[in-house]
Amino acid sequence: MSSTELRRTALDATHRALGATMTDFAGWDMPLRYGSERDEHVAVRTRAGLFDLSHMGEITVTGPAAADLLNFALVGNIGSVKPGRARYTMICREDGGILDDLIVYRLADTEAGAPHYMVVANASNAQVVLDALTERAAGFDAEVRDDRDAYALLAVQGPESPAILKSLTDADLDGLKYYAGLPGTVAGVPALIARTGYTGEDGFELFVKPEHAVELWRALTRAGEGAGLVPCGLSCRDTLRLEAGMPLYGHELTTALTPFDAGLGRVVKFEKEGDFVGRAALTEAAERAASKPPRVLVGLVAEGRRVPRAGYPVVAGGEVIGEVTSGAPSPTLGKPIAMAYVDPAHAAPGTPGVGVDIRGSHEPYEVVALPFYKRQK
Amino acid sequence: MSNPQQLRYSKEHEWLSGAEDGASTVGITEHAANALGDVVFVQLPEVGDSVSAGETCGELESTKSVSDLYSPVSGEVTEVNEDVVNDPSLVNSAPFEGGWLFKVRITDEPADLLSADEYTAFTAG
Repeated sequence: MSSTELRRTALDATHRALGATMTDFAGWDMPLRYGSERDEHVAVRTRAGLFDLSHMGEITVTGPAAADLLNFALVGNIGSVKPGRARYTMICREDGGILDDLIVYRLADTEAGAPHYMVVANASNAQVVLDALTERAAGFDAEVRDDRDAYALLAVQGPESPAILKSLTDADLDGLKYYAGLPGTVAGVPALIARTGYTGEDGFELFVKPEHAVELWRALTRAGEGAGLVPCGLSCRDTLRLEAGMPLYGHELTTALTPFDAGLGRVVKFEKEGDFVGRAALTEAAERAASKPPRVLVGLVAEGRRVPRAGYPVVAGGEVIGEVTSGAPSPTLGKPIAMAYVDPAHAAPGTPGVGVDIRGSHEPYEVVALPFYKRQK
Repeated sequence: MSNPQQLRYSKEHEWLSGAEDGASTVGITEHAANALGDVVFVQLPEVGDSVSAGETCGELESTKSVSDLYSPVSGEVTEVNEDVVNDPSLVNSAPFEGGWLFKVRITDEPADLLSADEYTAFTAG
């Protein structure tokens, strides 16, 4: 146990009453699981799960030059995001290294007619992102505001989530597209309702005031009773996102990699107007990636039952050809799976002879394309 | 959670039964199983192996982590639970029963194994 006090979400007492196993995650005391993480995983895939994600870092950016600031500070073209839509993007260092991956929501313009954005950072990077945005805002007519304490975040994920949410809101959920958000009321609680998530399923993320979190959690729990909704912790969230092939900061994304090294060069928008932090380094990274392809992020599926973990070497013909970035037993596939960066020569699906060094023993793995799981629409 | 009175316990969270037909049974406690989460893979010693008290003799892998399995006593392994190899979730669902791990003919036993009450107090602290 660290000596520093862990932060607790507005739902802390609720989690404890539900018997959650808690864990230290990025300085927050968060629910790891309530019962079996496998059951929680399956519930999200087949019915619905309810998550507390209040540890995520919300940063508000407003003002006449808010779009210009975000275009300068981030690698994406935020100026083209319309009100009510959201975009996946990244913030990089001057040398092109990834500081964090982000979702930027453009909310309705302010009363003064200025654009209004909410930047959502990973909990572990929220301070880094806040500091970088604040520093990069110098000279722009825009305000960067730390709103981490202004929001609790609940997520309802899974095929039953639209029906559950519809029973609690008049908001036009059918008209709400993936990666979009609209203000509304859920169970009487004012919320930003976003059709986003990190599970590979259809679902919603609800940004509310912390004082409304418990009331909303209870209402969602009641509304989801008949549909099989269960509370879900961070453990199943990790296996869900891994099956869906979604990168996680600190695993697939780090400051040592540029978006091009991570296979996500498409998020970098060189065509946008004006300079942005990292442009020169990222231009070089793009050229490097084109002439000498970097390691490729692939999926690995075990033939045996031993689980590859982050940092384990990927091997072929007695040589180390890559490294596991995330691994877990996949409840959906019934086998251990992993994401790994491997040399391009071994990255094609079906490449023979690839294994993972699991504590000294070379276990055979099949190279597959990501994701491992894609939901039926 | 209650720890069966007739068993003895190690501080590494293994339990040990009394000797039946010359061998004692070893498993991990419910406390340990809960802490691990869903167990997905177990690697056990082989029949005939010599195990030493307090030393690693296998592996327990859960969704999130891998943990060493320690032997609570020294001796010779006489049987391993193939059911738990085939279905590691038995460690979670029945840690004191169907989820037992191996049987050992004891040659030496540490003096500091705990009674059920002592182990309960140990894990509460």
